[in-house]
Amino acid sequence: MERKVFANAWGGFAIPGERAIANYDEDSVTMAVAAAMDCLDRFDSQKVDGLLFATTTSPYKEKQCSAIMSLTLNLRRDARTADITTSLRSGTTALALAADSIKAGTSKSMLVTASDTRLGAPGGMLEQSLGDAAAAILLGTDDIIAEISAIHSITDELAGTWRSYEDLFVRSWEDRMILDEGYSKILPEAMAGLMKKCGLGPKDFNKVVFDPPTDIRRHGRVATELGFEPSQVQDPLNLFLHVGVAGTAMAPLMLIAALEEAKPGERILFAGFGNGADAFVLQVTDAITAYKKKRGLQYYLTNKRMLENYQTYLRWRELVPQEPARRPEKQHISISAVWRERKVILGLWGIKCRRCGTPQYDNGAMSTTPIRVCGVCQAQDDFDDYCFAGRRGTVFSYTQDNLAAVADPPASVVLVDFEGGGRAFFDLTDRDPAEVRVGMPVEMTFRKVHYDRGFTNYFWKAKPLREGG
Amino acid sequence: MPGSIKDKVAIIGMGCTKFGELWDKGPSDLIIEAVNEALTDAGVEMRDIEAVWVGTLFSGFGGRSLSEPLRLQYKPVTRVENACASGTEAVRGAAYAIAAGVYDLCLAVGFEKLKDAGLAGLPGMQNRTNTHYEQSMPGVFAIMATRYFDRYGLKPEEGKTMLAKISVKSHDNGFLNPKAHLRRKLTIEQVVNAPIIAWPLGLFDCCGVSDGAAAAVLTRADMARRFRSDPVFIKALQICTSPTTGRLTTEYDYTHVEEAYRAGIAAYAEAGIKNPRKEISMAEVHDCFSITEAVTMEDLQFSPRGRVKEDIDAGVFNLNGELPVQPDGGLKCFGHPVGASGIRMLYELYLQFQGRAGPRQIRSPKLGLTHNMGNEPYAPTVSVAIVGL
Repeated sequence: MERKVFANAWGGFAIPGERAIANYDEDSVTMAVAAAMDCLDRFDSQKVDGLLFATTTSPYKEKQCSAIMSLTLNLRRDARTADITTSLRSGTTALALAADSIKAGTSKSMLVTASDTRLGAPGGMLEQSLGDAAAAILLGTDDIIAEISAIHSITDELAGTWRSYEDLFVRSWEDRMILDEGYSKILPEAMAGLMKKCGLGPKDFNKVVFDPPTDIRRHGRVATELGFEPSQVQDPLNLFLHVGVAGTAMAPLMLIAALEEAKPGERILFAGFGNGADAFVLQVTDAITAYKKKRGLQYYLTNKRMLENYQTYLRWRELVPQEPARRPEKQHISISAVWRERKVILGLWGIKCRRCGTPQYDNGAMSTTPIRVCGVCQAQDDFDDYCFAGRRGTVFSYTQDNLAAVADPPASVVLVDFEGGGRAFFDLTDRDPAEVRVGMPVEMTFRKVHYDRGFTNYFWKAKPLREGG
Repeated sequence: MPGSIKDKVAIIGMGCTKFGELWDKGPSDLIIEAVNEALTDAGVEMRDIEAVWVGTLFSGFGGRSLSEPLRLQYKPVTRVENACASGTEAVRGAAYAIAAGVYDLCLAVGFEKLKDAGLAGLPGMQNRTNTHYEQSMPGVFAIMATRYFDRYGLKPEEGKTMLAKISVKSHDNGFLNPKAHLRRKLTIEQVVNAPIIAWPLGLFDCCGVSDGAAAAVLTRADMARRFRSDPVFIKALQICTSPTTGRLTTEYDYTHVEEAYRAGIAAYAEAGIKNPRKEISMAEVHDCFSITEAVTMEDLQFSPRGRVKEDIDAGVFNLNGELPVQPDGGLKCFGHPVGASGIRMLYELYLQFQGRAGPRQIRSPKLGLTHNMGNEPYAPTVSVAIVGL
């Protein structure tokens, strides 16, 4: 949404550019999964030894989100998982912890995800400047494109921004004090400390990549004061104008942007800020030339749907009470049923019949998941597991349902025929209702579908396959 | 070798409430009204009834859903449920018990009190894990219309006009029926331009959501004329239940309902019908949505595959047409109190056979067909009943 839409709603000043807003069915978990799927692409998720989920906007105070993601991403049961939370530098902290784990020999590969959907209170500047985004970085020992050669962290207690256990919106102290005493001192201290530790100076780096403050104008000054030339600085402006300040994901996103343009032999100074700072030295390797990103940053910046009005934002974030639809209330979530079908629901696992070879996924059943009897040849329990999560399909038929109670009407429901076989009904998300047609190519995306008594039900939806995908 | 129900059981009395948004009537009122009419019509009393079957989807549990309002005195009462086909299921239970020689006189009742829910459409039917896609019943059937239009090359306006003619016909018939829920004539333009409920289906492509009850008194065929001179005989009672694989594999075309086709074939065989289009005099089918009626005409072999449009355009299914369909207005206009609908369909055929259908009277019908469908097009139980003199 363009930031001026916020200003039009409340009056006052509009920050330039637009900000990313998670769809109504997205949260930090689903966006982290999307980033992780893009990152893992052709890597075998069964070989990943651990998953860290960095966020300040976990849907749970008590329940591990990386455990949900581990099933969704098909990680091994003995892959270590942890949610790294409450600090805006959780993303870089997770990166440091993962690097340490690999260095210690505890793991060979760690998937680090950082994702945030922070809320600024309506009418405030944070509402305009924050953005929803996620990043994922896979650390390992083989075919590395950038080596983490040194890490330095400092801790600082200053509460520049905070949210208590009951706060919905970000609180902050006067920005002048935060910038002068916090950001502008703590971040340089960590970066200078690291350079000193390594015996390196600003001229030894091709690029310096670090978190901007919410008022991004102060970003450049830190680099200058540290002795970097403007040409060395990874400018956060492009991300700020199209995404916004993305919490724990911001520094990782900037690092990804820098790596997408990096050349072999380059050295990068990278740092994340929040209750202190983490700083890293990265050495870009020859492998970067052969590395094929799946979609990359530009794809996600390009593929968007512009929100035209502020009411949609309020509705999606559930910030105003709404007249309920005159439709049946959903029944309560059954934890036991969801647990029993966790692989089917969270991992989108179906079956492929060993006798007739037909792939099948069952999500519309009252009582038939997991599939025990083949729908084609009636073979019983003679199947191989078959995952539909990464598969594409085409729309066999659809409707635009105005009666169904949804946050983004109409409910676009599609009957998807999967490449390689199998068919199932799914909600279609991230779509313009007008673009939906028979034969439209789609891919699968992990979303939240239901919230009940503190429990979020995640499941998969279809979304149109976009150009560049 | 399977047996046949043909000419073993007769209907000797029927009753049906007015259908509609009956705010001042509870389930007991509906049941008592329909049952009283049926008993009076048959000339019997409740104490003569030996066993009872009752069909309801949402409005009751167990035999007490009927024994309680009627204070039945220790009779065997069975509640049956086959989604929207529950009404026909009650008749089937009673008919089979009579054919088995266990009882001579049975009562079948269907009822539903939908309008106490405060909702649009039907109450919820969700899966345990709450991961079902978001869809209403109109949406489920709209997907069939999208597919039908695409497969047979109908532009949206052509497809919607074809469906509109189905609704216009049913409204013409329902207008003539004092017990119908929706009694108002419509034009094709009104139907096509109505608000979209689930694309491509609009408001007037959808049936009424109604309260109501219907009842039938059944007896052995050889005893039927002791009760009345014009009993209606059951010629066929078939149901077919889906394995629901149409949503799992790519084989299902979503432009027909396989279970309706198969139940039709079985019913025609049971009744000894060779040419349904010629031999069936009238039909009440499960037109929950206009598209359902369209494909049902093809499933029941009234129209060739993909060509129902020609018959609709020619007025074949109109009240004065070659094969009148929904002479009472159908689910579309008579309304759809789920558990009652199957018996309501029989009620209209029963009146027609006895020459009691007033301005809707079809001239000397020989055989009538009911088609009652429960659940989605890829997952239904479909019952087809054939009755005649």
